[in-house]
Amino acid sequence: MSSGTLYDEVWDRHTVTELPTGRTQLFVGLHLIHEVTSPQAFGMLAERDIEVAYPELTHATVDHIVPTADQSRPYGDDAAEEMMAELEANVREAGITFDHPDTGDQGIVHVIGPEQGLTQPGMTIVCGDSHTSTHGAFGALAFGIGTSQIRDVFATQTVAMEKQKVRRIEVTGELGPGVGAKDVILTIIRTLGTDGGVGYVYEYGGEAISALDMEGRMSICNMSVEGGARAGYVNPDETTYEWLRETDAFRDSPQEFERRKSYWESIRSDETAEYDDVVEIDGDAIEPVVTWGTTPGQGIGISERIPDPADLPEGKRDVARRAQEHMDVSPGNRMDGYDIDVVFLGSCTNARLADLRAAAEVIEGREVHSDVRAMVVPGSQRVKAAAEREGLDEVFTEAGFEWRGAGCSMCLGMNEDQLEGSERCASSSNRNFVGRQGSKEGRTVLMSPVMVAAAAIEGEVTDVRTLREVAAA
Amino acid sequence: MSGESSAEAGSGTRGDADTDPDSEPVEIIEETSGTGIPVRGNDIDTDQIIPARYLKAITFDGLGEYAFYDQRFRNGEATDHPFNDDRFRGASILVVNANFGCGSSREHAPQALARWGIDAVVGESFAEIFAGNCLALGMPTVTANEEEIRQLQDHVSEFPDTEISVDVAAETVSYGERTVEANVDTAQRTALVEGVWDTTALLKSNRETIHGTARSLPYVESASIESAPGAPDGGRGGNTDTETEAGATDRAGYD
Repeated sequence: MSSGTLYDEVWDRHTVTELPTGRTQLFVGLHLIHEVTSPQAFGMLAERDIEVAYPELTHATVDHIVPTADQSRPYGDDAAEEMMAELEANVREAGITFDHPDTGDQGIVHVIGPEQGLTQPGMTIVCGDSHTSTHGAFGALAFGIGTSQIRDVFATQTVAMEKQKVRRIEVTGELGPGVGAKDVILTIIRTLGTDGGVGYVYEYGGEAISALDMEGRMSICNMSVEGGARAGYVNPDETTYEWLRETDAFRDSPQEFERRKSYWESIRSDETAEYDDVVEIDGDAIEPVVTWGTTPGQGIGISERIPDPADLPEGKRDVARRAQEHMDVSPGNRMDGYDIDVVFLGSCTNARLADLRAAAEVIEGREVHSDVRAMVVPGSQRVKAAAEREGLDEVFTEAGFEWRGAGCSMCLGMNEDQLEGSERCASSSNRNFVGRQGSKEGRTVLMSPVMVAAAAIEGEVTDVRTLREVAAA
Repeated sequence: MSGESSAEAGSGTRGDADTDPDSEPVEIIEETSGTGIPVRGNDIDTDQIIPARYLKAITFDGLGEYAFYDQRFRNGEATDHPFNDDRFRGASILVVNANFGCGSSREHAPQALARWGIDAVVGESFAEIFAGNCLALGMPTVTANEEEIRQLQDHVSEFPDTEISVDVAAETVSYGERTVEANVDTAQRTALVEGVWDTTALLKSNRETIHGTARSLPYVESASIESAPGAPDGGRGGNTDTETEAGATDRAGYD
């Protein structure tokens, strides 16, 4: 049993009571909702004649189905329009704040929470979305829930949960040039497995994590769930506080900031905290990572060779064989040089301002390869506006990228942005599952924003570090 | 093989639990039985169970026919996926391998399976959010070791009419002459056997304690709490520092 960790502290402070089933009734400090997983929960409430108990603690956005090209209403897709209209009606009736596209605050739920300062350390945060783990970057306990649990949160502002074990993941050393947070988390998932985190919450720490900006920490916590861990977090520190100070929540209220900060400091893991497991990852040894398969755990360093399924543990062989067939890759080859047709820079993993800046730095003065269809989908309307103030939109469009509106877009293809046929996509998103990007035959290669930028230019998977050397010469 | 066939497919020991008087009755699930259907492979994600394009709806109605859709149809042709196989028509016990249901938190995945006719899932291991979503529908997720699961899948493939009994209370899976030691997570077992897997009424019954916890947290500012019954002086008042220090342990005072 862990003790003295942020997880233990936040869990205890939010415990309402122990339920007869052995689960804990946990108070939810912030409930985020979107159009895909909430309408059925509103429907269940209506059936039972129950009202939303704490509408002030729920915050809504629309992200999965919004078109990123033509956002005029009604949407071209009738199903999308119906979902949007349903959300508009539900939040109006319940009195829930909604970052409607007309407000300029709309965006992916895991981008808008942090950028507005809704996400804060020491909170419990839930959303009907598995990537809710993202918010753990701020030292919040944040996890995805199903629609029946959304119903419970609407009705009571609580959920029934089992306490997890805590695994400390210590990333030592310093990340090299061209290596970032995405490479760290893909390395962690590859090392511990896609189900290695089942039953655990991940606490990320160590020099390499402390050195990351908030965007990087969010990318890491975001993909905790791809490693099987429902939640992941980083203890809050000065980097966290610097971000929060500039958000809507605290920009004009420094006194409130200081008051909250004393709480944030109080929930950090103790020096003497005990963990159920500790894993060390050598940050110095990480190189840019790309996936060769159809699970986020099937990744390799850009200089490594694709494994032979026969050399893998027995339980992973079949999955690997089928993945290699789907991806049209062969054992012994490298991913470097794998042809790319589509480039997607976006998603709740990597569509924040820092991600766009990093990619733009690689793109600037270069052109998207003539065989590549490339798009940038900013994570929120605010990210988009901030990027435009810096002229990043021009860098991207001059190079040949499409500059789109905010949403989940081609991460899961619930709007018009989808792969076609067996197209190969270099994607900054989080899942390379078969069919994920909208085409059953489509192929997804996960990588960091700068690697996505390099792939756009070369038309194939490319080590961004070699591109930089050329630029410097 | 499509449509909504959840009710008639399986049978078992199910009954109504005694619960809070102002809540609806919840079903006790001690045991469920029916014929089986094997879906082999590790890391079967929720995008495979129900592709994202079928999430574009405001209800779960009709999801049953889209379960495993992209595995069942390729280029308009039906594949040999078990969900297309007439031998498994009417099956209610799904038998899977490791890390089943990984990926998205979409409750659409267990909803699609339930609406297809599945009452229980037996496998090597399950992704956590998926298992939680199954529980919320009263659908047990029961685990057994790799070898036992393989044997069960082989048996079901060879003798699809075999009745499988999943005993949640006793943590066993029985078929033919065999009874396999299985594992049901303790909290899940308690919830199913005591009929408290639909948690809304249970959680709602602690309304006063919820308000107390909310008030003990230094960051919660909500008119709903301030106007709630049991609030000291009808609200938080100005002395928030005291409340901060009081912490969760002191919340009993508000109950």
